[in-house]
Amino acid sequence: MQRHIKMHTKNLDFFYGDFQALHEISIDFIQHQVTALIGPSGCGKSTYLRCLNRMNDLISRIRIKGEAMLDTQDIYDPSVDVVTLRRRVGMVFQKPNPFPKSIFENIAYGLKVNGVKDKANITAIVEKSLKQAAIWDEVRDRLNESALGLSGGQQQRLCIARALAVGPEVLLMDEPASALDPIATQKIEELITELSSKLTIIIVTHNMQQAARVSDRTAFFYMGKLIEVNDTDTLFTKPKLKQTEDYITGRFG
Amino acid sequence: MIKQRLIVQKIWFSLLKVAAWVNGLALAVIVYFILSRGWRAVSWGFLTQAPKDSMTAGGILPCIVGTIALCLMTILVALPIGVASAIYLNEYAGHGKFIRFIRLGINNLAGVPSIVFGLFGLAFFCIVLKMGVSIASGGLTLGIMTLPVIIGASEEALKSVPNTYREASLAMGATKWQTIRRVVLPTAFPGIITGSILGISRAAGETAPIMYTGAVFFTPDLPASILDEVMALPYHIYVLATAGTQIEATRHLQYGTALVLIVLIFGMNLSAIIMRSKMRKKLRI
Amino acid sequence: MLKRQVIDKGVHSGFLLIALFSITVLSLIVLFLFKEGIPIFEYVSIKDFVLGQYWYPTDDPADFGIFPLILGSVSVTLLSGIIAIPLGIMTAVYLAEIAPPKVAEIVKPIVELMASMPSVVIGFFGMVVVAPFIQQLFNIPVGLNMFNASLMLAFMSIPTICSLSEDAIFCVPAALKEASFALGATHFETIVKVIIPASLSGICTAVILGLSRAIGETMVVLMAAGGAAMIPGSIFDPVRPLPASIAAEMAEAPFGSEHYHALFAIGMVLFGFTFIFNLIADYISYKFRQVGEASL
Repeated sequence: MQRHIKMHTKNLDFFYGDFQALHEISIDFIQHQVTALIGPSGCGKSTYLRCLNRMNDLISRIRIKGEAMLDTQDIYDPSVDVVTLRRRVGMVFQKPNPFPKSIFENIAYGLKVNGVKDKANITAIVEKSLKQAAIWDEVRDRLNESALGLSGGQQQRLCIARALAVGPEVLLMDEPASALDPIATQKIEELITELSSKLTIIIVTHNMQQAARVSDRTAFFYMGKLIEVNDTDTLFTKPKLKQTEDYITGRFG
Repeated sequence: MIKQRLIVQKIWFSLLKVAAWVNGLALAVIVYFILSRGWRAVSWGFLTQAPKDSMTAGGILPCIVGTIALCLMTILVALPIGVASAIYLNEYAGHGKFIRFIRLGINNLAGVPSIVFGLFGLAFFCIVLKMGVSIASGGLTLGIMTLPVIIGASEEALKSVPNTYREASLAMGATKWQTIRRVVLPTAFPGIITGSILGISRAAGETAPIMYTGAVFFTPDLPASILDEVMALPYHIYVLATAGTQIEATRHLQYGTALVLIVLIFGMNLSAIIMRSKMRKKLRI
Repeated sequence: MLKRQVIDKGVHSGFLLIALFSITVLSLIVLFLFKEGIPIFEYVSIKDFVLGQYWYPTDDPADFGIFPLILGSVSVTLLSGIIAIPLGIMTAVYLAEIAPPKVAEIVKPIVELMASMPSVVIGFFGMVVVAPFIQQLFNIPVGLNMFNASLMLAFMSIPTICSLSEDAIFCVPAALKEASFALGATHFETIVKVIIPASLSGICTAVILGLSRAIGETMVVLMAAGGAAMIPGSIFDPVRPLPASIAAEMAEAPFGSEHYHALFAIGMVLFGFTFIFNLIADYISYKFRQVGEASL
């Protein structure tokens, strides 16, 4: 199996002002695989995720050291256009955040801001994205209704469709199911597995069972440091470090 | 012991209640007098005719037109600048000394007395910019006076847009300006519009800024351009009640004009509030 | 790619420029006030202007002492404050802490409607209804006086004081209230001993801004205060506060004359008053808001 490394970081340090939130994080993200980032609250996993599409740029007084690459390009190189980066590396947030617009307009948004003007093209892509997110059948008859009228689980799938519409190569998911009920969560997890055949997915989750169900590889974070990263099966059955084992078996966290 | 404390509380709470309702009483008294003494003067003719017989008869049409013209000019000036300033303050600015300086300027502008605006308008718009007594001068004066109100309301509206919308937009590869234009502003729109209408309604009732910059006691024609002088409702009340030879004879007209003015202003306030709640329902904020 | 970044930077700068507009206008106002006001001091010294007791600008030779005008402003503002501050704060406390929601839904709009009442109508009311009323009630020669104007000014200041105080009281964290109740205090005691002290800076700001509004208000004092440029001896004496003088005399002052410059100089003084008020209010709210948020 050809294992192309789609994204990786090498010795990534991250500072909020003087506080160092991430210490020398080095992870390879393999293409068409799902990698889960697990660890107790506040250990830096979301911060790390947001480094990968430079969403942390929005915060002032931050500093980054080390390497973060998408394919062969350093994403923090000054010549990099952040806007294009974010098209290639999409993000789904913890709490579903559809715009107060119609379902159609939500999906079309990403296309319009990226310059797609042809109406037929937009309509086709909207349909394709909604199908990819496994929500097309539920909304096909109400595309012009407000997205805020959907249930929580539907809204989240809508947000996934919205992110997919711009055609990203990598999808970052920050605890995408933590605000949802078990049935909606299951649908999201099935979706993740299906999407991974076409995308590289990196998912932050505090739910270890979810990580075990859904991911190919798992990285365990603690206090801003990467403790262990391995194939999911291996990490959960034969963890290398005691700290990992303690977390997985629930001794702390 | 506790009983005594509870009695004290009961007495004080009654006092507080009375204090609150005193406001209602005061408002009711004023509205009652204006209404009861003014309604007889207000008729269709009153609203659509010009004054006659040195103001003792006829209507106030030129005043209504003049006030509307001044309000339009005010919006033209204050709305774009106000919303743009609010966008800068809320979407782009940091928290440093520079921003405090700008905010200090806005707050102080808000506190400038209306007659000082009038003086400035006279010295600058009428004389230096040679616009004379006109809708332009009066409207510009009212505009800069209304600016802080619009900035405040717009900032509130922008602040109430959940930050997660901005993040979602940026995460899809939109630029900051695209995000503002396509997501933030449309969502903040109801609040901005409401605040603006409330600001304009205040401008409609102001006299001191337009006394020497835009309004005149009498002009025979309706305004044809923004360099024309106009009559205005608040100024009309003032002038009829304090100057001229027919103060007592025009008293009923003064009441009538006052009634029209407060109906206009209350109407604007009401429509702003209704509009806002309707738009909010649509956005489900 | 570069084009998009250039546009974004351009937009940022554009907004910055527009945001500077307010400061620019403020500076222009100060500039013109001084430009047109300073020439009067070639005719009369600053000390004589501010402390002089005779304001006879149309006499020959003219007297430009604004002390009675200043006193008129100060007295009318203080008297209106005596009425408006307790009423405003009490209404705020009532709305924020005691009123049942249905009642608040009526009282709040009432206060907002008070705020939107145009000043000329309030002045008109003072002139034609209140004046004859108090003239009869208190058996005084003229009903247009300091008392009348103060009543009307209070009507105008109460909404400002009330809504800003209410905001301040509303911002007091529920945790503080709950702690007080848990210790066995009554609601009233909690209000007096915990809530009001905690929101004091906001209330002070509200009061200062309310007074600032009163001192700068023109139409009410123009129509209801009486217009006599003399030092008041009782609250039933007519006075001529600073804004009223400007508004009343601007029409008769020939452009460029000393009278004209004197009126602008009065504008300077008036602006100075409100500027200082606003500075103090801004300082208080900035200083105390920081502390409050940091500790909680």
